[in-house]
Amino acid sequence: MAATTAPVFEMRSTLASSRIAFGALLLRDLVVLRKRLREFIPRTLVQPFLLCFVFLYVFPTIGTGVGGARGPAGESAFATVLVAGVVGLSIMFQGIQAVALPLVQEFGFTREIEDRVLAPLPVEFVAIEKVVFGALQGLLAAALVFPIASVVHASYIHINLSVHWLTLLTLLPLASVTCSALGLTFGTIFDPRNVPLMFGIIILPLTFLGGTYYAWTALEPVKAAGFPWLQVVVLINPLVYINEGTRAALTSSSHMSLWAVYPALLGFSALFLVIGIRNFRRRVIS
Amino acid sequence: MPAAADAIVTTDLTKVYPGGITAVDGMSLTVPQGEVFGLLGPNGAGKTTTASMLTTRVIPTSGQALVGGVDVVRHPAVAKQLIGVVPQTNTLDRSLTVWENLYFHGRFFGMGARESRRAADDLLEQFRLSERATAPVMALSGGLAQRLMVARALLHRPAILFLDEPTAGLDPQSRIGLWEVIGGLRASGQTVVLTTHYMEEADQLCDRIGIMDHGRILALGTPDQLKRSVGADTIVTLTSDGDLQGLAEALRQRVEGVDSTTVMDGTVQVAVRGADRVLVRVIDAAEGAGYDLRDVGVAAPSLETVFINLTGKDLRD
Repeated sequence: MAATTAPVFEMRSTLASSRIAFGALLLRDLVVLRKRLREFIPRTLVQPFLLCFVFLYVFPTIGTGVGGARGPAGESAFATVLVAGVVGLSIMFQGIQAVALPLVQEFGFTREIEDRVLAPLPVEFVAIEKVVFGALQGLLAAALVFPIASVVHASYIHINLSVHWLTLLTLLPLASVTCSALGLTFGTIFDPRNVPLMFGIIILPLTFLGGTYYAWTALEPVKAAGFPWLQVVVLINPLVYINEGTRAALTSSSHMSLWAVYPALLGFSALFLVIGIRNFRRRVIS
Repeated sequence: MPAAADAIVTTDLTKVYPGGITAVDGMSLTVPQGEVFGLLGPNGAGKTTTASMLTTRVIPTSGQALVGGVDVVRHPAVAKQLIGVVPQTNTLDRSLTVWENLYFHGRFFGMGARESRRAADDLLEQFRLSERATAPVMALSGGLAQRLMVARALLHRPAILFLDEPTAGLDPQSRIGLWEVIGGLRASGQTVVLTTHYMEEADQLCDRIGIMDHGRILALGTPDQLKRSVGADTIVTLTSDGDLQGLAEALRQRVEGVDSTTVMDGTVQVAVRGADRVLVRVIDAAEGAGYDLRDVGVAAPSLETVFINLTGKDLRD
């Protein structure tokens, strides 16, 4: 009866359809990011700027050196440690801001995610797309931080950067994926009411104990009964590996062995991806 | 896809949610292409769960569902290409403008940039939203947002359009506007599956209706077939302060041609065959049995009557 008026459609295989839809989702995110550059840039720059300003300019200027008050040399050594940490921390915050917070909102209030769940690709890929785009923003954030860190500091401080390109170009993408996947996991676990809890009991400890302000190798003196407990406890924190990695990539100061950094970050990435994608699927399909 | 494939075929489709709630219970249903099919039932009947299974968002516990000949569980990404969905809640992309919502939807479904741009322009025109093209979707009223969601669902020219309670929460004017849109789709041969708990909506828009309750389809047919199935020509509704069960019993005995009586919400509904002097006969019988009537109403059988006959309760329960 309606055979003549039935719509004409061409069906694509799952693979072809998924590839096209994945690309279109990235395109959509790119357009939204472009619209929001005026939010993205300040939100990305304020934290590194404040860190550099307070630790590398205000403290040294008022004579409250944080680097062990060992004069300009000590201050410079501290600045070198800090700059690498600021890069790691910025990547970490992109994971939260670009992936976790939007997801919490979409799952909690707006349900906009349901539209993208109906796009012709497996829902797991909708989650993976979030991670990929979050990771790209992480890289962008890392790139924005460098100029700040190298400019905002007291004039006598000298930041001894020595870039190890191979490490830098492999570590930054890996760190970005780890943080973005962490964002996916957080975004699918927390609901809007729990966001303050997420910041208070998870993100604050992650950042304060993530080796941003000190090198992990320097924690050895923190001992109880001869056991360097803090150095061991913080090993559960992915940010430690990221910051040790950026330190290895950007400076010649002492850092954790890269033989530990890479496997740990690969492991964290895999773990967060598996948990995040599984949770995501559970949230959108019953 | 086979040439004559039905738009939808389900076989013993069942969904049991964790906790043991059976939302859909062994549904077997066929919807041919070009039909506007309605699932009518009260809230909690299993309509939305059915629609969600057919649109890949709920995984069936058992049974099978084919959409355009494609198994929705085994090949969801292929099935999703064939369907357009208007869900109950506003799922418009709030980061995008009205026009961009349509454009990117087309891109998700593999339309090229130019094709998607043209389709977005055309649909905005068709749905009288062109003036709002650059507005953020947050600025749309409920009725306009709903219209945009329908336009979006149609943009990739789906074989089957799903509308889940499309007019719930809309103001009367927007509801009529949307009915016109659906009427137009019906005329163009678009296959539509809609769920609703408004009997007028099902009656007006649908070629065929499945009446649902407790996860099952209780009756299936065209609106006329369903209404005729009641067997009566006239429904008389009586309001009385007296013993309603007794009144119902008295009417069954005293009025000729009574098909059924239902006591509900402080009224007795009497389904009577033949329209001749029905009201007079019913009132005489009631007063003859010693009942004071406070109010009397008379109507032709509606889908509401069908539902009451099938379940003993009304759609609003």
